[in-house]
Amino acid sequence: MNYDVIVVGGGHAGCEAAHATAVMGLKTLLISANKKNIADMPCNPSIGGTAKGIVVREIDALGGLMGKVADETHIQIKMLNNAKGPAVRSLRAQADKITYPRVMLEKLENTPNLTIMEAMVEDLIVNDSAVSGVILENGSTVNSKAVILTTGTYLNSKILVGDTFKYEGPHGERRSNNLSKKLADYGFEIQRLKTGTPQRIERSSVDFSKLSEECGDDCYWTFSFDNEPFYDKDKQEKCYIVYTNQNTHKIIRDNLSRSAMYGGYAEGIGPRYCPSIEDKVVRFADRERHQLFLEPESLYYDDLYLQGFSTSMPIDVQEEMVHSLVGLEHAVIKKYAYAIEYDAINPLQLNPSLETKVLKNLFTAGQINGTSGYEEAAGQGIIAGINAGLMLKGKKPLILKRNESYIGVLVDDLVTKGTKEPYRLLTSRAEFRLILRHDNADLRLRKYGYEAGLIDEERYNKLLIKENAINTLLEELKNVRVSKNTLPEALSYLRDSLSTGYSLYDLLKRPEVKIVDYLRGNLIKDYDKDVLEQAEFFVKYEGYINKEYQEANKLLKLEEKEIPTDIDYNKIKNLASEARQKLKLVRPLTLAQASRISGVNPVDISVLAVYLKKEYNK
Amino acid sequence: MDNSTICAVSTAVGTGAISIVRCSGVDAIKIVNSIFKGKNLEKVDSHTISYGHIVSGEEVIDEVLVSVMRAPKTFTCEDVVEINVHGGITTTDRVLELLLNSGCRLAEPGEFTKRAFLNGRIDLTQAEGVEDIIEAESEKARKLAINQISGKLTPKIDGIRKELLALQAEIEVNIDFPEYEEAEEYTESTIRPKLEKISAELDDLVRNSSNGKMIKNGINIALIGKPNAGKSSILNGLLEENKAIVTNIPGTTRDVIEGKVILDGIVLNFIDTAGIRETDDVVEKIGVQKSLESAENADLRIYVLDNGEKLDNETLEFIKSLKDKKLVFVNKNDLDSSNNYGGIDNDILVYGNTVESDGLESLKNKIIELFKINELETSDYSFLSNARQISLVKQALASINGAVNNTYTGVPIDMYTIDIKDAYDLLGKVIGKTYDDDLLDELFSRFCLGK
Repeated sequence: MNYDVIVVGGGHAGCEAAHATAVMGLKTLLISANKKNIADMPCNPSIGGTAKGIVVREIDALGGLMGKVADETHIQIKMLNNAKGPAVRSLRAQADKITYPRVMLEKLENTPNLTIMEAMVEDLIVNDSAVSGVILENGSTVNSKAVILTTGTYLNSKILVGDTFKYEGPHGERRSNNLSKKLADYGFEIQRLKTGTPQRIERSSVDFSKLSEECGDDCYWTFSFDNEPFYDKDKQEKCYIVYTNQNTHKIIRDNLSRSAMYGGYAEGIGPRYCPSIEDKVVRFADRERHQLFLEPESLYYDDLYLQGFSTSMPIDVQEEMVHSLVGLEHAVIKKYAYAIEYDAINPLQLNPSLETKVLKNLFTAGQINGTSGYEEAAGQGIIAGINAGLMLKGKKPLILKRNESYIGVLVDDLVTKGTKEPYRLLTSRAEFRLILRHDNADLRLRKYGYEAGLIDEERYNKLLIKENAINTLLEELKNVRVSKNTLPEALSYLRDSLSTGYSLYDLLKRPEVKIVDYLRGNLIKDYDKDVLEQAEFFVKYEGYINKEYQEANKLLKLEEKEIPTDIDYNKIKNLASEARQKLKLVRPLTLAQASRISGVNPVDISVLAVYLKKEYNK
Repeated sequence: MDNSTICAVSTAVGTGAISIVRCSGVDAIKIVNSIFKGKNLEKVDSHTISYGHIVSGEEVIDEVLVSVMRAPKTFTCEDVVEINVHGGITTTDRVLELLLNSGCRLAEPGEFTKRAFLNGRIDLTQAEGVEDIIEAESEKARKLAINQISGKLTPKIDGIRKELLALQAEIEVNIDFPEYEEAEEYTESTIRPKLEKISAELDDLVRNSSNGKMIKNGINIALIGKPNAGKSSILNGLLEENKAIVTNIPGTTRDVIEGKVILDGIVLNFIDTAGIRETDDVVEKIGVQKSLESAENADLRIYVLDNGEKLDNETLEFIKSLKDKKLVFVNKNDLDSSNNYGGIDNDILVYGNTVESDGLESLKNKIIELFKINELETSDYSFLSNARQISLVKQALASINGAVNNTYTGVPIDMYTIDIKDAYDLLGKVIGKTYDDDLLDELFSRFCLGK
C-alpha cells in the first residue's frame, strides 16, 4: 500500500491533519486503533474557552473542521469575558460527546483522498534518518512520503486511581506499547507527563434545587466564519455551580497519603493551571471553598462532568468526597476520577513547521508534543497537515508568527521554550492579543488557508469583499460630518456636548457612541454586522491598536534577522554557558526566536547580534 | 565581538608618577610574560602582584609591578594584566608599543567596558556609570557614577518592574479564568490605586533625575544685564582668573563664554552673555539674540544691575519676565543711588561690589539655597543621570499615566495591560533587561579609550 501521507491517531490533531492533507489533494491514510474513538472527548465536554475559542476560529479561518463540527453539535454556547475588552473575548461551547465524534467522522468519510483504517502502529520505516511509512502491530508495512504522529495519550499510557493502576488508555482502550521506545531509539527525548479527569455523576441523583444554574448566552454565535447558527438559543442545556466545603477539605487532607500524586505513585508531571482538587486544598489551605461546575456531556446519556474535582484518590475516598458536596449528597458516581500518565517527546526537537529535527518527513502534533487540550491539539494538527502537504509540493512551510495568531504563539512556545508540563494556551501567553482577536481570525489567516489550498475561491472572495467593505466604511466615517443641528434622533444623547461639527470617525472614539446608532440614524450606508464591528473596534481603540502594531513591527525587525543554520555556537566566545547550551539545542532560526529562549539573556542576544554582524554582516 | 587581546594606557596621559597599561583577553598573560623578566607570570597565582622588568630583547625598558588577574573575576571577565610603569610618556609609550608588537591590539574607545558588559559582568546602567566616572568633574558626580556601577539604580527599577508584573498577572488571571471566584474580580477602582502608586514612584525617579543631571552635568547659570553692569567681573571674581574680557567699553563681550566653578561638590557652569540692549550693530545683534537664548535654556538666570544707573521701567519689566529660577545682583553698591528696588522680590536680591569682590559669598549662598545643594549630601545617589535613561523612564511614566486616565473613560481593563507591558519593557531597557538593538553600538562608541 502506498500513500502520500499517513496520520497515526484519530484524535483532534489527527482529524485536522488528515483532513488538511486530503483537501490539499494528497492521498491520505488515517490510522486509528478504534474508529469509534475518532474525535473522542475523553475529558471535559467543551470546545473553546479563553484563548482556546480563538484557536478554534483560527482553525476555521485556515480551513479546518473543529469549529464547523462544534457549531453543529453543541448543546450550550456562550461568549466568555464579554463584559471585559473585545481583545479577550472567547467562545466556549458544551459539545455533545456523542454527536461531536459522529459528525466529525462523517465529514472525514466524505473527504476525497482520505482513507480511514483501524490498526495499531508500532514502528516507523526509517532509512537514513528519513521516514517512509509505518509498521503495523501485525508486522505489515504501509509506505508513504510523510508521516504525522498524533498519538495523544496512548504512548505507554498508565491509568491511576489512588494506589491502583492499569496499563491502558482512556475508556480501557489498548495503549501503544512499543512506539515510544522506538522513538527513543531513533533519538527522541521522551518525557513523562500526566493529566487527570474528574468524576461523572448520574443526573437523576443530583439535587438541583441546591445548585445555581449557568445558562448559555441569550443570543446567537458560531465558531465558523461560514456557518449560520444551527441551534435555538432558548433550548440550550444548563450547567450548574457546586462548591466544596470544610468537610470536603478535611476528607482530602485526611487521605492525602492515598492519593496517587501525594502518595508518590505517579511520576509524570501534571499541569499547574489545571490542578487536582488535592493540589488546590494543599496549596490554598486558607480558602473556605472551591468552585466546581456540573456540565452535561450529551443529550443521549445522563452523565454530568464534575469540572474542577479532578483527583487521583482511591474510589472509596472519592465517594466520600463527592457526597460531602451540597446537592450531591446522594450522587451516584458513574465513572471515577483518574489520572493518566503518558509519554511525550521533547518539543525542542521540532522545527517550527512541526517536522521533527530528528527524522525527516516525520511530523508530530498534539499531546505527543507535550500540549494539553483539544483545541491546542487541533491547531497543531492543521499546521502539521498543511506543512506535510507543502513539503510534498516542494513549497515553503507555513510558519505563523506570534503577532498573527494564537496557533503561532503555541508552536513558537513549544519549539523555542519546550515544556515540562502539559502546555495549555492562555491569553497571557500572547503578547499581541489586541490584534489576535476572535472576531478577526479570518482577516488574519484566511489568506494562508487559501494559499495552501484549504479555502476555496468562493470563501476567499467573501473575505476580500469583507475587507473591502471595512475600508469603505472607515472612509465613509471620515467623510461624513455632523453638527448639533444635523444630529439624527438616534444620536440625540450627544446634542448637549457638540460644540462644532465632527466627523463620524472622531465621534465614534467617544465611549458612549455606538456605530449602530449611525446606522439607525441613516448616517451611513447599510453594512454587515461583522463589518460594523471591525470598523467600530478599530476606531475606538485605534491608539492601542497602533501601539501594538508598532511593537509587533519591532519584533518583525528581529524576526528578519535570520541566524544561518550552519552557525557554530562554540565559536562565539562570550556567550554564557547556559545560553550556548540552549542555543545549540533549540537552533533558533531568527534573532527574535533566540531572544525568547529561557536562559538566553539580553546580554547573550547582544553578543549574538554583534557576532552575526561581524561574521555574516547581517 | 572578537577575541583578540586588547591593551591601552588606562591612566591619564602625561601626569602622575606611575602609568598603568592594561591588557585584557585570552593571551593577556602570555603576551605580557613574553616581554617580562622576573617570575613566570603564567605560573603565578591569580590576583597577585609581581616585581620585575619590561624588556625588549636584551634592553631593559623599565622597572615595573605587574598585577595578574585571571578570568572570570576581573573587570572584563577575561584574563587581565596591569603593568605599573614608572611615569613618563616615553616609557609608557615604549611599553605599549612592545605589547602591540607582541600580539595585542589597541583597544577601541570603551572596549574594556564593552567586554565587561557583553560578558555579563556589569549591566547597562553600570556600563553607563563607568563612562560617567571617566567624565566626572566633581566629587559628587563621581559618587553618583560609582553608585551606578555598584548597581543601586538597578534594584530600584527592578522593584518597579516587579510591581508592574504582579499587577499584570492579577489582571491576566481574571481574563484567563473568568468564571472562577478564585480570581478576585478586577475593576477600574481596584486597579487605579495600584497604577497611581507606580506612577508616583516613576514620577519620583524622574524628578530626582534632575538632581542626577545636576550632579553629573552641573548647573547652568546665565549672567544677564546691560552692558558694563559688571557681569564679566562677577564671573572673574568667582573664577579668580581672567578668562572673560573685562573692559570699560560697552559691548565687548559678544561670545558666550563659559567658566566652571565647583561649589560644594557641584559644578556651576557660568555663561557670560553679551549685554542686552537695543542696537544697530549687526554683530552685536546676533550676540544679544544668543544671550536671550542662553538665558532661556539655563537652570538659573542672574540679572546684574548697575546701582549707579537709574532703574527704568523697561528693565524692571524685563526682570519680571525672566522665568524662574532667577536672582538679581545689584552691583556697585558703593555708589550712591536713588534707586528703589521695592519692585523686585526681596528673596532674589543680592547686593555686592565686584571691584572689591564683595557680595560674591552671598551670591554663592543664594545659589546653594536655591538648588538645595547642601541637602544632596544625605541623598542615596541612585538617580537616573543620563538623557537616555531619563527619556525611557519618562516614556514609561507617560504609559502608566495613560492607563490611569483610561480607568476613568470606560476603556476595557485588558487594554491597559498594553500600557503596563509597555512601561515594563521601557524600564527593562534602562537596565538592559530588554534587548535593544540600536543601543549597543551607540553606547560603546561614546566611551573614551582605555577604560
